[in-house]
Amino acid sequence: MLKTQEISINVGPQHPSTHGVFRIVLKLDGETIVDAEPVVGYLHRGIEKLAEDRTYTQVIPYTDRMDYLGAMSYNLGYVQAIEKLMGIEVPERAEFIRVIATELSRIASHHVFLASMCLDMGSYTGWMYPFRDRELVLELLEMLTGSRMTFSFMRIGGVADDLPEGFIEKTKQYLPKILEGVDEEEGLIAGNEIFIARTKGLATVSVEKALAWGWGGANLRASGYKFDLRKNRPYSVYDRFEFDIPTGANGDCWDRFYLRLAEIRQSVKIIEQALEMIPEGPIMAKVPKVIKPPVGEVYHEVEAPKGILGYYVVSDGSTKPYRMHVRRPSFINIGMLKELLIGTKLADFITIFASIDVVLGDVDC
Amino acid sequence: MGENLFVGMAKGLRTWLESNHFLPIVTDVFLMLLAVVGVLGFLFLNALFLIYYDRKFGAWVQARLGPNRVGPRGIFQTVADTLKLFAKEIFIPNNVDRWPYLLAPVLIFTIPVMLFLVIPFGKGMVPYDLNLGVLYLVAVTSVETIVLWMAGWSSNNKYSLLGAMRSVAQMLSYEMPVIFAMLSVVMMAGSMKLSDIVAAQQKVWFIFLQPVGFLIYFIAVNAEFKRTPFDLVEGESEIISGPYTEYSGMNFALFFLAEYTNFMIGAIMVTTLFLGGWNAPFGWTFIPSWLWFIIKMYFVITLYMWTRWTFLRIRIDQMLNFAWKFLLPVSLVNIFVTGVGLYLYRMIRW
Repeated sequence: MLKTQEISINVGPQHPSTHGVFRIVLKLDGETIVDAEPVVGYLHRGIEKLAEDRTYTQVIPYTDRMDYLGAMSYNLGYVQAIEKLMGIEVPERAEFIRVIATELSRIASHHVFLASMCLDMGSYTGWMYPFRDRELVLELLEMLTGSRMTFSFMRIGGVADDLPEGFIEKTKQYLPKILEGVDEEEGLIAGNEIFIARTKGLATVSVEKALAWGWGGANLRASGYKFDLRKNRPYSVYDRFEFDIPTGANGDCWDRFYLRLAEIRQSVKIIEQALEMIPEGPIMAKVPKVIKPPVGEVYHEVEAPKGILGYYVVSDGSTKPYRMHVRRPSFINIGMLKELLIGTKLADFITIFASIDVVLGDVDC
Repeated sequence: MGENLFVGMAKGLRTWLESNHFLPIVTDVFLMLLAVVGVLGFLFLNALFLIYYDRKFGAWVQARLGPNRVGPRGIFQTVADTLKLFAKEIFIPNNVDRWPYLLAPVLIFTIPVMLFLVIPFGKGMVPYDLNLGVLYLVAVTSVETIVLWMAGWSSNNKYSLLGAMRSVAQMLSYEMPVIFAMLSVVMMAGSMKLSDIVAAQQKVWFIFLQPVGFLIYFIAVNAEFKRTPFDLVEGESEIISGPYTEYSGMNFALFFLAEYTNFMIGAIMVTTLFLGGWNAPFGWTFIPSWLWFIIKMYFVITLYMWTRWTFLRIRIDQMLNFAWKFLLPVSLVNIFVTGVGLYLYRMIRW
């Protein structure tokens, strides 16, 4: 009998496919993972603590830096939480602009998901195509906000800017291209035999387990649970749009991948409707110059690209939040990682990690 | 025109040397060295061009531009990259096993050079026409595993070790289908000499007589030379760079160049065994045989690149299953069918 030995390897924080600075210590028996110990915190900037020392408006740029790939939802969640606390009524036009911006940002985030999952599985071409399409989205967002990733576009009571001239036409022109790109990606990657073989049945998560771990968003829907905050507890003006909630069947990596493709289509649908329905009017509510919410606390959830994003803000009546806590979906998603990994192969670790869609700025906050 | 360009040059040189009353041994050694230089030149130039071609082809597949700054259309990009790597420090980490670590990049490059010994580049253009050419190809190719294992083990890095283990598993599994697919060709040609195999394809290429064998060989060679979807040994997103992880500077460049020369060898072997080698199709002999050889080689290379830029990486257990449970049985059946077919063919003929 040959003497065999388990080896433990340290993956990250500097590794090509840990999406930033995630670290995990894997114990391997050959190529099979027998134990995994995730280590997070390499990108911790203490945003929650920093927020306590900033005025309510000054916190907005910090929210961008959590999930920098889909930052608009983070802006939205924060400003809506404060508006809820202060009882501010946001003008219609501003709500529509918010929806358009948020959905564009969601598409961009999903593009990065599709791309990085392909790259992690060894398909460089699968990485390039979504990034080509993401460029269109970023162009639109840049036109709207002046920035490509960290927008800081939302304001308490409205948005920073009205739609620029030509934005609606350009968006209408770009949306079909984005849909085309999704079809192309589906043909190239989702129809690939090797891709299917590597993702189908891998890391299956049942609905009960997903709920028990607090998963939300696309990851939860991939397990077959139809729950989307935009439909179930509509915020902003989401209740006025017609769109479906795509769900998966098995909750494996394949479903989680395919769901994002489907969600891009739904987001495009929402933007198309919003562009048709957008009313004229002001983009900012009447908000006092110095924002001083009444004493109290508020919790507000929105559907971020990566799951359910919640802001818990406590106000002591001053100009600065007394305490802010953010329920970051990536941090919730990554919790189950260890359980999913055991028994899989080393290459599967990369696939699973990519499929649960985390961004490290959001994990560590 | 051009058909006898290289052969004629060699012959002329030999006559000239002999007429100047050099010792016969001097003449032989000189011509041999010239052949070596020729092969090395062919190899280096092609490897340099291949890297550029791969990047341009990849760019074309991926709707981007690719290298376009150094020289016209970026043609000198690889030259610049290689020069840069020359200038880099060859960094040796602590605790590596020094000798194997330094020897591996040198040895890895000798293997493809050795393989060129038996390749028929054109009519009468074989460096050395070995009787057991096919066997030689198989034997020398499999030595690469040892070198990769040397690199992986001596690097004293777990990622390198994993990569090296993968390379051994991969080579062991895919050697079988490669050999059996070659065997079907050898059965048809009745010889292991590569020039005989090329000569046997004068009328019909073996790809038409051995379509299954061709497919098996095409896939298995891709796996043997570790190209996507079988690039598990390098597996960038999993194990950083496999056995190459700890190498820098020119050592790394040698691995890189060897990868591309291996790739070239794979294409050459497909060309020689299945696409008629230097034989001209449709009797178009106005294009010299060595040019046909290069054209076919680049055609196969393009096919491989297309595969590479379209597919994603297969998982290790799937790769092994594919070799042992699919390719191997199919290649055995193929050999059986080939044998029966040959027997029947001879019966009817006589």
